[in-house]
Amino acid sequence: MTSELPPGRGHHDMGGLLAGRVEPVEHDYAEWERRVDALRLLLSGIKGGRTLMTVDELRKNIEALPPDAYERMSYYERWVTSITQTMIQRGVITTDELGRKMEQIEKRGRR
Amino acid sequence: MSARFKPGDRVRVRKAYPLGHIRTPFYIRGHGGVVERLCGAFGNPEELAQMRSGEPKQPLYRVRFLQTDVWPAYRGNPGDVLEIEIFQHWLE
Amino acid sequence: MKDSGDYQPYSYFQLMEVSLRELLVEKGIVTEAQVASAVEDIRNITPERGARVVAKAWVDKDFRTRLLKDGTSACEELGLDIPALKLVVVENTAAVHNMIVCTLCSCYPRMLLGMPPEWYKSRNYRSRAVREPRAVLSEFGLHLNEKTIIRVHDSTADMRYLVLPMRPASTADWGEDQLASIVTRDCMIGVATPRAPRAVKPS
Repeated sequence: MTSELPPGRGHHDMGGLLAGRVEPVEHDYAEWERRVDALRLLLSGIKGGRTLMTVDELRKNIEALPPDAYERMSYYERWVTSITQTMIQRGVITTDELGRKMEQIEKRGRR
Repeated sequence: MSARFKPGDRVRVRKAYPLGHIRTPFYIRGHGGVVERLCGAFGNPEELAQMRSGEPKQPLYRVRFLQTDVWPAYRGNPGDVLEIEIFQHWLE
Repeated sequence: MKDSGDYQPYSYFQLMEVSLRELLVEKGIVTEAQVASAVEDIRNITPERGARVVAKAWVDKDFRTRLLKDGTSACEELGLDIPALKLVVVENTAAVHNMIVCTLCSCYPRMLLGMPPEWYKSRNYRSRAVREPRAVLSEFGLHLNEKTIIRVHDSTADMRYLVLPMRPASTADWGEDQLASIVTRDCMIGVATPRAPRAVKPS
């Protein structure tokens, strides 16, 4: 569905492309989405958090998502993925730590 | 880094398409406009995205473009404008 | 952290959020209390904050001048906590209408207005707002006079934008609270204008 972009144009860089009608959709934020936003603020050094990433790294990691993933994922799914990638890139957490924690939590079920 | 441009200066956005994290939109590259204001000096997002310091801070300008200059088939008031923040190193 | 609501298995991304948060807490990088407090702050940031700023600018000419000169300082004058926000306020006039977009992602004055609407982050808005603003505005039901100049701002860097809409003439004797009540989020993005309901004559 996404038309071929010229090489050197990022998928996120969509100003001026042809597109459809703007649907005035609203979104009721889920708690987990607010928590993603909270983590973003804190990790950016806002609201008393330690500065462990910049918004630029966050954007870069969102832009690095494959086009179909970018389209398919919701806004906060992209953000949580990007924040987590940034933490791995920064060495704050490792891939192994994340994998083990995700396994552990999944086994535990909802608290 | 000192500011090369001032409000009222005619500038052109460089026609370059490098890799990395870039905040100069594709659609404006190669187009000419007028500096509306100097916003200040800010860390270079291209470098900050790569976990580097982004220093020295770069002058950031608001540049005003005529819509009719940017879009070949623009329909609207010929005075309609587009204003974009662009870092100095993207302007010539 | 208690999570109210129905009990369903985590989606992959919800699992990631919980995992990331727990790891960060274990490592002493954040505390659950900090996250909870930030979530509450986020919940309490609504467009009403921006509406207050607009209403004040409508009634106080000097404040308006300061707001247009330095948006962040003027908001701070009103006691608004807007960390890291570099605000530029652009005023609508009879001749010029302003509209805000972020084509590259979804930059928005979050610390002032709260979370941006879904449509603001959508492909269709981000693609078309810079190229055919009039068509997009008419999809929102805003039909501007042909003589009006449209000024579209693409927030590509560090500044964030707020539209200062025109005050409807029929509100001449309104107080600030009443004025704020007609300034919607969409007015401050620039896809709507404030509507003053017709005055109801007392019987």
